[in-house]
Amino acid sequence: MSASTDIRSVRVIFTRELTGYFSTPVAYVFLIVFLALAGAMAFYIGNFFSRNQADLDAFFVFHPWLYLFLMPAIAMRLWAEERKSGTVELLFTLPVATWHAVLGKFFAAWVFAGIALALTFPIWISINILGDPDNGPVVAGYIGSFLMAGAYLAIGSCISATTKNQIIAFVLAAVLCFLFTLGGTNMVLGFFQSFLPQSLVELIGSFSVLNHFTEIRKGVIDLTDLIYFFSVMGVFLFATVLVLDLKKGQ
Amino acid sequence: MLQVQSLTKRFGPILAVDDVSFTVAKGEVLGFLGPNGAGKSTTMKMVTGFLSPTAGTAIVCGHDIQKSPIEAKRCIGYLPEGAPLYPDMTPQSFLGFTAAIRGMTGSDRASAISRAMALTELQQVASQPIETLSKGFKRRVGLAQALVHDPEVLVLDEPTDGLDPNQKHQVRQIIHEMAAEKTIIISTHILEEVDAVCSRALIIAKGRIVADGTPAELTARSPIHNAVTLRLRKTPPAGELKALGQIAGVASVESLSELGAPAYRVIPADGTPILQPVSKYVSDKNWEIEEIHLEKGHLDDVFRRVTTGTEAAAA
Ligand SMILES: Nc1ncnc2c1ncn2[C@@H]1O[C@H](COP(=O)(O)OP(=O)(O)OP(=O)(O)O)[C@@H](O)[C@H]1O
Ligand SMILES: [Mg+2]
Repeated sequence: MSASTDIRSVRVIFTRELTGYFSTPVAYVFLIVFLALAGAMAFYIGNFFSRNQADLDAFFVFHPWLYLFLMPAIAMRLWAEERKSGTVELLFTLPVATWHAVLGKFFAAWVFAGIALALTFPIWISINILGDPDNGPVVAGYIGSFLMAGAYLAIGSCISATTKNQIIAFVLAAVLCFLFTLGGTNMVLGFFQSFLPQSLVELIGSFSVLNHFTEIRKGVIDLTDLIYFFSVMGVFLFATVLVLDLKKGQ
Repeated sequence: MLQVQSLTKRFGPILAVDDVSFTVAKGEVLGFLGPNGAGKSTTMKMVTGFLSPTAGTAIVCGHDIQKSPIEAKRCIGYLPEGAPLYPDMTPQSFLGFTAAIRGMTGSDRASAISRAMALTELQQVASQPIETLSKGFKRRVGLAQALVHDPEVLVLDEPTDGLDPNQKHQVRQIIHEMAAEKTIIISTHILEEVDAVCSRALIIAKGRIVADGTPAELTARSPIHNAVTLRLRKTPPAGELKALGQIAGVASVESLSELGAPAYRVIPADGTPILQPVSKYVSDKNWEIEEIHLEKGHLDDVFRRVTTGTEAAAA
């Protein structure tokens, strides 16, 4: 098995999946919901205009909470649907390795999420027209948001591989993403602080998507934050492969 | 070409496939028969690498499906039971996908796709979403997918299920034409199909092989194989009829009331040919014959006997 055939398999699956998103109305419904929610949160809850500041903080600050529901909604169908319709039998009797399919599907979902995120560009244009923003943190915010989407999607992919029921996949993935996000809030850390040593509390905080995203959003993309997001993706995609291989016996 | 070695599959308490071994050579078309739930599809899923066996393995074109699954899968074309397909794709894009994943590109890919579509007569629906196709057309798309890379080994789980008579004929024709070059396993519930396309039949029941042989050999195990059926103008004298039953090689004479006229079936002992002595006896006695007929036996009877346990020790 050479590297070029590996890349080919991943690419072919990626292309099929990504075209799959746009061949049903679900993709367009999702894009509209995403843009509407992202905009509404920024304008109404984040007081985007009345803050009178030319930055996108009000926009990015809600992304972890928005993704909590929207990323599991993308990821729920990744494997559950294939299992339900039986096409997983077709896919896994083609000459592809499990990880080819896992990566191909994940990248397609991630790119789809990226497209949704990219479509929020008018908000960036508008702050550049209305004011004179520092575009560094804006770019960092977009990169951080995209990485966070990838982490949530990898979590969702793993959960989706365990079931043939998309609703279960959605609910469990949302709960798991919620735990990963919540781990960084003061509420949770404060609770642990009451009985755990400071070093452990910091460890728990360091597993939080929220903390890493907040760091990036400030405009500095630190290596540890990158390592964090790519590790979450790596671990959960690897777990997806394990779950799928385990299911071959059933 | 294809060796199945002691394949066993257990689903919790259910032993779906129990120590099944067989070999299929190039040029053979193996009909895989058995009642519902016998383990046919489960065996095929293990042979094609979708399910991991509890024990045993399959060697496909020299590759162990467990140890080098990708190499083995390259030379298999598989039509899974029920022909699952991606509903949002068209036959054209779906075949394009499977051909691409099998490494075909450019004009090779285009010609492989059009060849598979021509074989299964899919051209007229080539760009219609699969979810809007009729059942038979979906099955044909599944079949085209199995054929697109011209594989050495074909595993087809109920390929003619849901096809119209013309298409059934067409599919049998395709199998027939490819047979010499390939190793083919098909599962089916249509026993005429076995006579029509298979060079060998394997019957399994409750996960175990209960019969294995050419269709003719299996048919010969029917109790009425070589029986002679007679329809007469008049009922013969009871004494003469009794004497017919005492000819060497004849086991019994049954009266067949359903044919209306006086009709009898002369059953041989152990399938020995009895046409000669019976016809000689009948003409000696000057019985007026409306019809005389040599029975070959039916695969149905054999199937029923071996799978319901009335011929338990047969295998
Ligand atoms: N995933 C599974 N989990 C539990 N039991 C299973 C599973 N798949 C198959 N079985 C059982 O294994 C047995 C064999 O099933 P299989 O589908 O191989 O039968 P078959 O010979 O193909 O039947 P049919 O003619 O109806 O297609 C059945 O008792 C079935 O209920
Ligand atoms: Mg079956």
